[in-house]
Amino acid sequence: MAKKKNTPLLKKGLAQMLKGGVIMDVVDPEQAKIAEDAGAVAVMALERVPSDIRKDGGVARMSDPKMIKGIMKAVTIPVMAKVRIGHFVEAQILEALGVDYIDESEVLTPADEEAHVYKGDFKVPFVCGATSLGEALRRISEGAAMIRTKGEAGTGNVVEAVRHWKKITRELEALTKMKADGLKKAAKEMRVPLDLVKSVAKEGELPVVNFAAGGIATPADAAMMMQLGCDGVFVGSGIFKSSDPAKRGKAIVEAVMHYNDPAKIAAISEGLGEAMDSLEIKDLETKYADRGV
Amino acid sequence: MKIGVLAIQGSVKEHKAALAACGAEVLEVRVPDDLTRVAALVIPGGESTTIRKLMKLTGLDKALADRIRGGMPVYGTCAGAILLEDFMDIEVERNAYGRQMDSFEAEIKIFKGKSFNAIFIRAPKILKTSKGVEILAKYGKEVIMCRQGNILVSSFHPELTSDLRVHKYFLKMIDGQVPSEKC
Repeated sequence: MAKKKNTPLLKKGLAQMLKGGVIMDVVDPEQAKIAEDAGAVAVMALERVPSDIRKDGGVARMSDPKMIKGIMKAVTIPVMAKVRIGHFVEAQILEALGVDYIDESEVLTPADEEAHVYKGDFKVPFVCGATSLGEALRRISEGAAMIRTKGEAGTGNVVEAVRHWKKITRELEALTKMKADGLKKAAKEMRVPLDLVKSVAKEGELPVVNFAAGGIATPADAAMMMQLGCDGVFVGSGIFKSSDPAKRGKAIVEAVMHYNDPAKIAAISEGLGEAMDSLEIKDLETKYADRGV
Repeated sequence: MKIGVLAIQGSVKEHKAALAACGAEVLEVRVPDDLTRVAALVIPGGESTTIRKLMKLTGLDKALADRIRGGMPVYGTCAGAILLEDFMDIEVERNAYGRQMDSFEAEIKIFKGKSFNAIFIRAPKILKTSKGVEILAKYGKEVIMCRQGNILVSSFHPELTSDLRVHKYFLKMIDGQVPSEKC
């Protein structure tokens, strides 16, 4: 009858319950309510959405605990919050607040250029971004219980999320065809334990849930990432920087559910108003995806 | 005979895999039309608020209610149990064990005292059950799995383990091999 808490199975398990859903960035309890009403499966609490972080510049940090607590009170769905890469004390604070998931995120200004948070030591589960299989497996071996593409947050441009996801799937496929020697070499190159590489090669998929994130702005973007094989999507600036967040949020949720039904996605996409302001990747001063590999 | 898995969001893949491992033919159910092709339905774990909202948009909520009242066997895990509360004489409270860090695993007794690793994730509590409800498993004093006629619910997630006994029970229930003791 003994209770076991915070096991890898439970950490990974919550992400499994979020599959097929949309996780929305919110900066206050009002937005969190709108997200919940639109059908979000979880909300991500942060102090500024990525497009504002890009615009304002300066160091982007974990949000005010008061704001996070306000959001946790406002909604009944899981609440996630972001910490800077490597900032284990911000992570300790979020754990103390009792958030449901921590995103160790490149959208915030990294706190450690050498190391990520050692996530296995925490009770609270973590999600981390990745641009390649090696990056995903490094995060998993540090204890991440969920992976997302990095994409390029705050741009409204899905191209980087597509690039990262395709790279991960291509590398996964290559791994499944490797023999013992190749796997050994791959483990060395990716700097991850051979056992992890062997089990991933055998299963042909990552051992945790993987969502798309970074640059998703329309129902079509979200459905595209689902058709490419992602388990769900994060939408950051795409909802609350559009002209009608409630409507667009709901549309993206529906598009993720009906991702294989173009007629439905067409109907859902009608009359949503303006999408967020968008950016070309080549014009960016800082590529967030390069942070913390 | 096809068994449906409500495929709005949540642990859809896991339930499909478990049912397939039991030898069942499985179909995803997203819209009312899909429901006409299945003989029984599993409602997975996920976010009950999201699933409820999306079912309403396509009219699947009404179609499902009609089928359940018509006697279609249905099994709900976690969020699924919350959605099935309306069709049973039970009272369910969402997230009653707390947030994610209160999620837990525990060895429970099931099916004539055999042990089962039950996984509870931001789980609901089944607070009250009336006389017509057959209690199939408890954790301490709390009911965690019960059945009323054609409806089976558990607050835990057998689909996250490789233990197929609960899914096998549901399939037997569909075949009428395990009649409800209370009906």
